[in-house]
Amino acid sequence: MSEPAIKVENLGKQYILNHLSKERYTNLREVITGRAKSIFSSSPKVPSSKEEFWALEDISFEIESGSRLGIIGRNGAGKSTLLKILSRITEPTKGRVTIEGRVASLLEVGTGFHPELSGRENIYLNGSILGMDKAEIRKKFDEIVAFAEVERFLDTPVKRYSSGMYVRLAFAVAAHLEPEILIVDEVLAVGDAAFQKKCLGKMRDVSGQGRTVIFVSHNMEAVQKLCTTGLLLHKGKMVMLGPIEQVTRKYMEGSDTGTALYDIQEPENKEKEYGFVRRIQVEDEKGNPVPEIPVGANWQIRVLFRLNRYTPSFVAGLGLVSYLDFPIRTSWSQPANTNAGEYEVLFKNDDLMLVSGQYKLVIGLSAEGKTFQYINELVTLSISEISTLTHNERIVNQESGLILNPMNITITPLK
Amino acid sequence: MSSRIIIEHGSKSKSYWKDIWNYRGLLYFLAWRDVLVRYKQTSIGIIWSLLKPLLTIAVMWFFGKLFKVPVPPGVPRILVVCAATLPWQFFSSAFSDASNSLLVNSNLLTKVYFPRLLIPISSVLVCLIDFLISFAILVMLLVAFRFNPGWKICFLPLFLGLAFIMAMGTGLFIAAMNVKFRDFRYIVPFIVQFGLYVSPVGFSSDFIYKHKSISEATKIIYSMNPMVGVIDGFRWCILGNSMSIYIPGFITSVAISVLSLILGVWYFRKTEKSFADVI
Repeated sequence: MSEPAIKVENLGKQYILNHLSKERYTNLREVITGRAKSIFSSSPKVPSSKEEFWALEDISFEIESGSRLGIIGRNGAGKSTLLKILSRITEPTKGRVTIEGRVASLLEVGTGFHPELSGRENIYLNGSILGMDKAEIRKKFDEIVAFAEVERFLDTPVKRYSSGMYVRLAFAVAAHLEPEILIVDEVLAVGDAAFQKKCLGKMRDVSGQGRTVIFVSHNMEAVQKLCTTGLLLHKGKMVMLGPIEQVTRKYMEGSDTGTALYDIQEPENKEKEYGFVRRIQVEDEKGNPVPEIPVGANWQIRVLFRLNRYTPSFVAGLGLVSYLDFPIRTSWSQPANTNAGEYEVLFKNDDLMLVSGQYKLVIGLSAEGKTFQYINELVTLSISEISTLTHNERIVNQESGLILNPMNITITPLK
Repeated sequence: MSSRIIIEHGSKSKSYWKDIWNYRGLLYFLAWRDVLVRYKQTSIGIIWSLLKPLLTIAVMWFFGKLFKVPVPPGVPRILVVCAATLPWQFFSSAFSDASNSLLVNSNLLTKVYFPRLLIPISSVLVCLIDFLISFAILVMLLVAFRFNPGWKICFLPLFLGLAFIMAMGTGLFIAAMNVKFRDFRYIVPFIVQFGLYVSPVGFSSDFIYKHKSISEATKIIYSMNPMVGVIDGFRWCILGNSMSIYIPGFITSVAISVLSLILGVWYFRKTEKSFADVI
């Protein structure tokens, strides 16, 4: 039985949301006047518009060295806060963490990269920010350059790099750290598929050498490939800790049902763009907004939007994406020159039969091939298991695939 | 081989200063980055760090001459001005760079762990490097005027150290305040400008100390500005016997500098744990 590499006990992190000021930093005047008020008012309490908010609460777990932990959860579940505490960037409000060994964290690709400096200079700078010393960087320099595939551009300022090169270089530096514990946040979202694969491979190698890896991602496929253990967070609380397959399944099933109506906040520069989406509705085939669609039933998506002015070649698009971030289908309206005004667009699904589960919807509005509004990671389509399927189709289940529509099958006896 | 880290609310690391020592490599790289970046894409590059003080000295010299500001006999006016401008520029740039250093590097604060103290220290170091480069101006002037400062010049590092302590202390304090109260972004340039008026850059402290109608109390208040001690010290080291040091004033300067360093480090350590949450 090996010592746990990381032991987390009753960890909690509280933020105080100050509703007075919009900005996070305070105005000196507010403090002075606030103090002054509290001196002169009879009650010692300053009018409180502060709200306490626990970003993390009662988190306890242990991970053994050499294991690979995947932390998953929706936006706002507290994943990043947990990583920030583990990497000592911010302090917990409650509880305690015991870490055995050197920690390196990669919460962002290319932290500390300076656009004016060359690739070579940035390798040294970034390496030392991540905790390597000069000798270590010098030793690994060629390996890093080879991994990033930027040999020819070593002396070019990174501001002239393509975004792909930039990410490759940044990840390459981090991947060659040799900490006992490596903490990686959603950094693979950038970079092309081939490079992502390379990174995952590298991270697996790292833990093969007995190091511990903690990995956060929305990409379930990547988490499943890399991690052995999973930790599911929801609204700051621990939901589940266990083998990765079970945890990802639990996450994908989702605990809260979907919403039928999504009111979209007006963009700040709403006058500048061609237009903006006001509302998105998930409806059954009769047009009633419903939070969940029974499996096998038809559904439609209604998008209400406004065009501020005459919009040439206007196109509305709807993308359907699986929870593993796998695109299933994208549909676009015919390009049409459209006058200003309030509109609605209806996307009707009457052929595709999806298996029960959660799907993400992506909505885009564009003019002349340029997208001016893009909404993703917001609208969820929930297909419930309550079946409207006929007897024949009921034999299908989740294991049989994402799409339930059967092919045309005929069985004829041979003579 | 492995080290154990315990993370708790309000835990004070026992190895705080050792940590900083262990991270000295990063300190070097942060300073190196700032030096490299400063003059990238400029055509005359490092010459700027000579040109800036040179222009200031020229202006100070010109107006000093125009208004016949008294200088000690036997000393070229430009040396009097130069001996004050160089330390003043070091202090003012170190103080304002250190004050803004945390904001400028906020992306590092929120994404990586390292001893936070390194950031303001590296800003001050970069200004120190600039100072050492601009020191060439003084050497050239001394040679040009065949002016021999004598043995007292050995004390110069002492006064430079005093300016360093002062810039560090006040810089740390304001840097930590700046994270929470952005007002200091506007206050700092004002302090620097105001400091120039109350420090003996354009005039000589002798003028104040030897003035009969100025009371003792006023003299002490005047000398509470640690830069008075620093600049008088510089002139004393460089210009030789024609300059004197007002001892009570000098002691006040040292005391206030040390006090500001203690206060600065204390406040910085007290607040640094919440930097990432507030900035």
